[in-house]
Order: sequence, then structure tokens, then C-alpha cells
Amino acid sequence: MQSFWIPLLLSLKVAGWATVINLFLGVTAAFGLSRWRSSWRDLIDSILTLPLVLPPTVLGYYLLVLFGKRGPLGAWLAQYGIELVFTWQGAVIASTVVAFPLVLKSARSAFEQVDHQLENAARVLGVSEAGVFFRVSLPLAARGITAGVLLAFARALGEFGATLMIAGNLPGRTQTLSVAIYEAVQAGDDNTATALVLITSATCVAVLLIAGRLMPGQLRRSDLS
Amino acid sequence: MSISVQIHKQLRAAERTFRLDISFSSASNRIVLHGPSGSGKSLTMKAIAGLMTPDSGKVVLNERTLFDQESHTNLRPQERNVAYLFQDYALFPHLNVAQNIAFGLRRGCFNLRRPASHPAVQRWLQAFELEATAHSYPAQISGGQRQRVALARALVSQPDILLLDEPFAALDPSLRTHMRRELDDLQQQTGVPMLIITHDPADVEAFGEAVYEVRDGTIRQQL
Repeated sequence: MQSFWIPLLLSLKVAGWATVINLFLGVTAAFGLSRWRSSWRDLIDSILTLPLVLPPTVLGYYLLVLFGKRGPLGAWLAQYGIELVFTWQGAVIASTVVAFPLVLKSARSAFEQVDHQLENAARVLGVSEAGVFFRVSLPLAARGITAGVLLAFARALGEFGATLMIAGNLPGRTQTLSVAIYEAVQAGDDNTATALVLITSATCVAVLLIAGRLMPGQLRRSDLS
Repeated sequence: MSISVQIHKQLRAAERTFRLDISFSSASNRIVLHGPSGSGKSLTMKAIAGLMTPDSGKVVLNERTLFDQESHTNLRPQERNVAYLFQDYALFPHLNVAQNIAFGLRRGCFNLRRPASHPAVQRWLQAFELEATAHSYPAQISGGQRQRVALARALVSQPDILLLDEPFAALDPSLRTHMRRELDDLQQQTGVPMLIITHDPADVEAFGEAVYEVRDGTIRQQL
């Protein structure tokens, strides 16, 4: 029986990185979209939301075309000795892309629900635009953003299709939990499959419980109003 | 104090157009714009604060040009040094009373640390008898206290003018009389110039040194 720790830790590492990257990308894009007055906004929003509806294999294919040895980004990165195909960093890219719309959607609606009058009140009080963002908009949107980030983490943890296509199935290197389960089932190794499935389920429950506990009191207070 | 406002703005909503054409100047410390809702009072106030950009015209406060379409001057709200008391007070729900009052004392990305011990915050907490609520959140205090917090927050950074948008509309009638007297006293003690917009004749009576009647986007008469 193989060690379950290796795919579990790899899955957590990949999902963790993907979540951190999405926190910055998703919040930035969501804030931009919620403030941008342009007819292009809906088109950009639709394109950024595509990973939610496209089959992961399609996304994986796009990523291979982009990051493969002959792909435009892949060739450029190769000059610096960076290779993403068949590496765990490739799996991070796949998970990031797949989970991105979950952060974007929740963060955008959270920013749109922030009362503009509060932002204007801060401006009139002399606070810089960056200050308005960090002291008014972001804390008031924090709950919605946190919810989106949690969903994104859970989604990244379970990512299978796009990961398999770009990172492959190299035990110990790119074999995440969901890929390991697939391989165990294919090989008829029901015991391993059952164990991995239970570990995955328990990990997800634990993540959600911990996240609920970690929610700072500051955020809870915003419910009062 | 001297203020001179001359602004024009055309607004379109669906099939309706609204023309704002306001012009007044005054050296009084208590100016009241009086008129029914939808007459353009709030828009005028927003133009003074820099929250709305007129199509043309000029806004000058104490010889400082805040807006001048001809010379392409349009100071950002942050640079105008005016205070704005919003009708529903617009207190920050995630910050406590002391943090709300201290908000304008820091202009960057972080709130003031330990705001309740800052001398300016202490002064206003005392003046408005808010010491006991310094660590409460806006949702936990009464309507009158909320207005006091909003006033303290507006005054703590020593503005050139205090703009009040229907300051007593959100209060129940018995409290309204009390807060009106309190604001009256406050103005006389601090001498801070005020511009009030209201539809309530009682406010005109209490504060009107220079009263302008606003109807359909223009000043009808000066009382």
C-alpha cells in the first residue's frame, strides 16, 4: 500500500498556491470590474468566467497550447529554464485557472454591494483612494471574498481534468489526490481508492471547519449593520 | 467665511431631463438651502463637496477655487477640506465610534491605532457625551448618538465648511428639536460655517441667516 501522505500533501500544496494567487488576481479583477464603466465590461466578465462552464479538458488543452514547449508562453518561459508541463507548478496553473471565477464572482458581487456613500464619505474626509479601498471597500466586502476564496480552495483541491492534461500523472511529483484515485480505480485497487476517497472527504470537511473558526471577529461584526 | 457657487448641470434619466442652474454667494456662517425633495439641493451640495462634477460654472470657498470649468480646475473631494454630514450619516459599520471619529485623522491605508486616546477624538467624545459608547459599533447606538458621531467625525479634521444634508430627517420628532438646539449651540461655540439643505421650515427658522429657496433646479428667491 502506497503512502497516502504524498498525494495529500501535494494536493494541499497545489490548492494552497492556487488559492493565494487567486486571492490577489480575483480580488483585483473583481474590484476593477465593479468600478469600470464600459460596454466592454460584460464581455471581459464573460471571458473571465469561462473556466466555470468550460470542460476542464478544454481548459487543459488551452493551457497545453499556451505553456507547451512550442507554445508562445512556454517557449518564452523555457528561455529562463522554467517548464510547467509535467510539473507541480503546472498543476498550480491549472487549479488557479479553474478556481478563478469562484473568487471573481463572489468578490465582484461583494464589492458591488458596498454602499458607495460610505466610500464617498471617506473621500470627503480626505482619505486617499488607496485608503478608501483598504479601510472601507475591502473590509466591507471581506465576507463575500472569504466565501469565494474558500470555495476556490475546495475547487482547487478537487481539480482533476485540467491538472491531468498539463501536469500528467507522475506519482510523487504531479500525482494529486484526485488523480491518484482515478489511477487506483483504473488499476482495480479498490482498497487504495476507498482510502483515498475517505481521506479527501475528511480533508475537505476539516478545511471547511477550520475556515469557519479562522473567520476573524472583525468580519462577523460587519453583520450587525 | 465666503462661498460663491455658480453651477450648471444637465441630467437625463429615461425620458426626463433635469436642469440644475444654481447661483448664489454668501458671507454668512449659516446658510440654508430650502426646498422640496428633487429640487436639486443635494446635487448642489455634492458639487461643493466634489462628489458631482457640474457641466460648467465655478465654486469658490474662502477665495479658494474648488471648481472652475473655464480654467479646468476640479479639486478632488480629498483636497477640498469640506465636511459632509450625510442624511443617513454614512457611519462605517465595521468601525467602532472612536474609529469612526478618528477616520479622517489618517489619510493613508491604515486606521489610527488606539483612536480613543487621541486628544482630538477624546475632545469630541467628551463634547458629545459619547465616552461610554467609544467602543460600540454604529448599529448598537441610538439615532441621536449616531448623528453626534457623524458630526464629530466631520469636525475632527477642522473643515472650512460643514455641509449638512437634511440633518434631522432621520430622527424622530421629539429628538429633532433637541438635536437642532445642540447643533445650534455647537455652531455658536465652534464658529464653523454651515450650509444646511432641508425641506423642513423649522430648520430654516433655527439656522437661517441666509436662506435660499430652491425650486426645480434654480434659486427662486433669497429670504
